[in-house]
Amino acid sequence: MSTPPRRRLVPAYLATHGRTAAAGTHGLDRLSVLHAAADLPAGLGGEHRQLWELVRPGALTLAEAAAHLRLPVSATVFIAADLAERGALSVRAPIPSAQPVNRDLAERLLSGLRALK
Amino acid sequence: MDFAPSSSTAALVGDVRSGAPAYLPPTDPVLMKLMVTGPFGVGKTTFVRTLSEIPTLHTEETMTAAGAPVDDISRTPGKTATTVAVDFGRLTLTGGEFVLYLFGTPGQRRFLPLWEDLARGALGALVLVDTRRLADAFDAMDLVEEAGLPYTVAVNRFPDTPPIALDAVRAALDLDPATPLVEVDAREREGCVDALIALTEHVLDRLPQETAP
Repeated sequence: MSTPPRRRLVPAYLATHGRTAAAGTHGLDRLSVLHAAADLPAGLGGEHRQLWELVRPGALTLAEAAAHLRLPVSATVFIAADLAERGALSVRAPIPSAQPVNRDLAERLLSGLRALK
Repeated sequence: MDFAPSSSTAALVGDVRSGAPAYLPPTDPVLMKLMVTGPFGVGKTTFVRTLSEIPTLHTEETMTAAGAPVDDISRTPGKTATTVAVDFGRLTLTGGEFVLYLFGTPGQRRFLPLWEDLARGALGALVLVDTRRLADAFDAMDLVEEAGLPYTVAVNRFPDTPPIALDAVRAALDLDPATPLVEVDAREREGCVDALIALTEHVLDRLPQETAP
């Protein structure tokens, strides 16, 4: 038998319990900051547990979590949303005050970059 | 039943290919995203790796429909989705006030649906070009313009790149006079930082002035 490239054992569509449509994804995107907030609710295992355990010691963005778990971003969004709905995950927007990028932020970013030199 | 906080976290973490996760600083940083794009093989991954303080990570992104007619799917009938790897890294600034994410994304036209998704919320884009094949950069510039992102073009200087004046590059790419054009060696940190500074200055130029108090 031929050996196809090694891939994850559980396909992404199973990791999301078969869901493919967006339903209550909490505006999650790649830079949403995830951090475990409470105990893992009973009945959630597999990828849910892995994500929850990953962000238990500290916060990571959704993109980083997806990369570490080797899950597609789209699947990670669903899993994170599930956990957030159950209160097991705190989620915050990339910019804590939820303000749009303005000159003040861009200027501070610029001085941060200049300080790298 | 109790869930015992155990060593399972460490086991899981040790098991992932990308190494131990580098958690965000506990400073509630503002996270910002810049795109690094350009044609295949232009040095996007190198650029991100040079600047990233963490080993670069990658996600697999599924792109359906729009990419399919272009990709060669003749040997995989029934295949309707293309998987694209997106590399990214991050950079903490000002003692944890900011964490800047750099997303290296393919700059070919067929990646448009993915591009729009990836670029959402990005501050701007750096378009890397190779002077030996300047025409390949047009797709990436189009993608960035369609996403409405301010951008800076950076010529990635390869060891065997014949010398070419930036003015000539600007003319060949038909760049808007306001679009910054810089030169980098994607392997050298200092120049890569300069390119990000040029891009951020340009982003700032394009942001509306706040009304004077």
